[in-house]
Amino acid sequence: MGMLTFKRFRGGVHPPEKKLTSSEPIKVAPLPDKVIVYMQQHAGAPAKPVVEEGQQVKTGQLVGEAQGPISAYVHSPVTGKVIAVTKVSSSVHGTMVEAVVIERTGEDQWELLPKIDFERATKEELIDHVRLAGIVGLGGAMFPTHVKLNPPKPVDTLILNGAECEPYLTIDHRIMLEKADEIILGVEIVKKILNVKKVYIGIETNKRDAIELLTKKWKSSVEVVPLPTRYPMGAEKQLIKFITGREVPSGGLPADVGVLVQNVGTVLAIKEAVIDRKPLVERGMTLTGEGVKKRGNWWIRIGAPISWVIEELGGGFVDGYEEIKVLMGGPMTGIPISSLDTPVLKGNNGITVIPEQKRNSTNCIRCSYCVQVCPMNLQPYLLDLLARKKKYDDAAEIGLLDCIECGSCSYICPANVEHVKSIKLAKKVYRSLRGGKR
Amino acid sequence: MKLLTSPAPHIRTADSTADVMLDVLIALSPAVAAATYFFGLQAFILSIAGMISAELIEFFIMRVLRKDKNFVPNGSAAVTGLLLALNVSVATPWWVLLIGVLFAIAIVKHAFGGLGQNIFNPALAARIFLLVSFPTAMTTWYPPIGKFFGTYADIQTTATPLAVLKLEGFNSAMQKFTYTDLLFGNIGGCIGETSALLLIIGFLYLVLRGRIKIVIPATYLGTVFAISSIMYLVNPEKFGTPLFHLLAGGMMLGALFMATDMVTSPMTLKGQAIFGVGCGLITMLIRYFGGYPEGVSLSILLMNAFVPIIDRYTQPKIFGRRKS
Ligand code: SF4
Ligand code: SF4
Repeated sequence: MGMLTFKRFRGGVHPPEKKLTSSEPIKVAPLPDKVIVYMQQHAGAPAKPVVEEGQQVKTGQLVGEAQGPISAYVHSPVTGKVIAVTKVSSSVHGTMVEAVVIERTGEDQWELLPKIDFERATKEELIDHVRLAGIVGLGGAMFPTHVKLNPPKPVDTLILNGAECEPYLTIDHRIMLEKADEIILGVEIVKKILNVKKVYIGIETNKRDAIELLTKKWKSSVEVVPLPTRYPMGAEKQLIKFITGREVPSGGLPADVGVLVQNVGTVLAIKEAVIDRKPLVERGMTLTGEGVKKRGNWWIRIGAPISWVIEELGGGFVDGYEEIKVLMGGPMTGIPISSLDTPVLKGNNGITVIPEQKRNSTNCIRCSYCVQVCPMNLQPYLLDLLARKKKYDDAAEIGLLDCIECGSCSYICPANVEHVKSIKLAKKVYRSLRGGKR
Repeated sequence: MKLLTSPAPHIRTADSTADVMLDVLIALSPAVAAATYFFGLQAFILSIAGMISAELIEFFIMRVLRKDKNFVPNGSAAVTGLLLALNVSVATPWWVLLIGVLFAIAIVKHAFGGLGQNIFNPALAARIFLLVSFPTAMTTWYPPIGKFFGTYADIQTTATPLAVLKLEGFNSAMQKFTYTDLLFGNIGGCIGETSALLLIIGFLYLVLRGRIKIVIPATYLGTVFAISSIMYLVNPEKFGTPLFHLLAGGMMLGALFMATDMVTSPMTLKGQAIFGVGCGLITMLIRYFGGYPEGVSLSILLMNAFVPIIDRYTQPKIFGRRKS
């Protein structure tokens, strides 16, 4: 890394990239026979079901209504019949969530969003349209996009996140290669909403072809910034710092430094909502890992059960494993699911099936590796210690809430200390003790 | 198919505590080889005995006293045992070494909570303990006789270079030892204090493997060099040359392998610098003005005590926060 890189991106790790599917074009998955549509596929309040058991629904029809300002609409991903409106136990949320279960009865009959003339629409009309489309951050955070597009402070810079720094995942890479013309339309829409002049896209140098293609296609409208291939380069704060040199303040938002970051897939969804009038019922997803027979990139309907994804699209698990890990997301931050009934969610950029790696753990040997790699400049070993001793206030003082849960510390730790696990738990407890502030 | 749900991240480096310890042992092996070459088989036996006894004692403590049925030896005790062996004279009786190892593992390491929890470097603390308990055995030095099966019963004892400097002055020290002797290890002293060169080679291996908090030896040796340069200008005959101080005694072993002990050294870069400078200062104070010719062990132990405070007050600015 050069001197500039060192100043603009600190720490991080370089796990094996394992981009097994980077040359697989995105294929359209067959329609699942049954979908399980969670009412909570976004940060904020769960949506409320607006359909009843037995009701016929069309693809794109509203099935869940947003509740409150930070929430999102949910639409039917198939044409069929509602067979249940029920609570299911979600291994992703760790609690019971409400879900609308729909049995597909045939091919798609679309119920499209209302018409909107992108050239003439006002900023407010466009944001409202994004809200109606139920779009959330597709990079994994699932924050409602219409809220994000209305930042509390004016922004002057839009950054498209094409870093895809998680190992294994390749969907953003493929989307950039295959949908460059569509994404740029989405960029125009977002630019109009935010009234920003400067647009960047950050792409890790392990995706040379995408860097070259977008530089050629988009010319000067978007500045393509090659990023060092180093995890977690695609984390929002790290990306902003690297590209603009601005540092999002602790506890603050990108808007505090005049920046808004959007994942490339989200921008594509915005284009599809505004131009093609399609609500968010389908997304791109990588099915990958050593544990599944066929790997690839797919356009897949939200709500498809993961059991179906693995059987239909993946050809089943690779033989010979008795236990395996099925991750919603990539190997660094993905959530291990405990039931294959779990459906694909809006923020689900990948399903990674990998065998468990043996973890020989000992006490912390104070090697300081975790301190060296933490991109937030924290003391992970100490956060872990204080968290396990339940000294939450002390932990908060040294940056508990600044941790972005990237996992670099636990990845590098020779003693296999589970920093991320204890930090996540401590954050939860600390927040509830503090009455939900911050 | 059973679905596993252990926490993220789901991939880890294959690295383990045992790998770290193995690297340290590998890095110390040139020094053991040098000791065997200069002091004979006895040096090798003491080194191996130190490692094995330390691992056995730790195994007993973990499995029997702490009732940890899953305990698997990780090599950290062996590192302590070897470092202690390298810190005694070749004439040390085996049972004295054993008492030292017991003290290091049972008291300094496990009474403080075990692996990673001890404040003081176990090998150094045990060395001081032995020095107090067995002053004669611990300060009787022999010249390297270069005979593999040699015994030391009829060999004339010798003084260490630092002791000669302290008692007779620099000229006398240089008549007895050349810089080449110091570099290659042809001197009396602890088993591991023979060849500065081979210690450096082992150290470079650790650097290559990323196993070392490199700021510590840099600042430690840098401080020693700076201070001894100034004092050399003041009075060369009394204080000796900088090179002499860098090569003589336990300097290299201490700065490269003892001060850098992961468990007992600071975590932040700034903290490591403070630690290294502190070690250098105290070492030279003891060497120049103390009642004892060597100050490496004591200075590192003293700085060990400050590590918690150093770690606390040298935390770097967190991303997105203002400098406080
Ligand atoms: S990486 Fe692991 S062993 Fe090393 S200091 Fe951090 S927590 Fe301790
Ligand atoms: S402490 Fe948090 S931010 Fe730092 S490396 Fe660990 S998970 Fe990442």
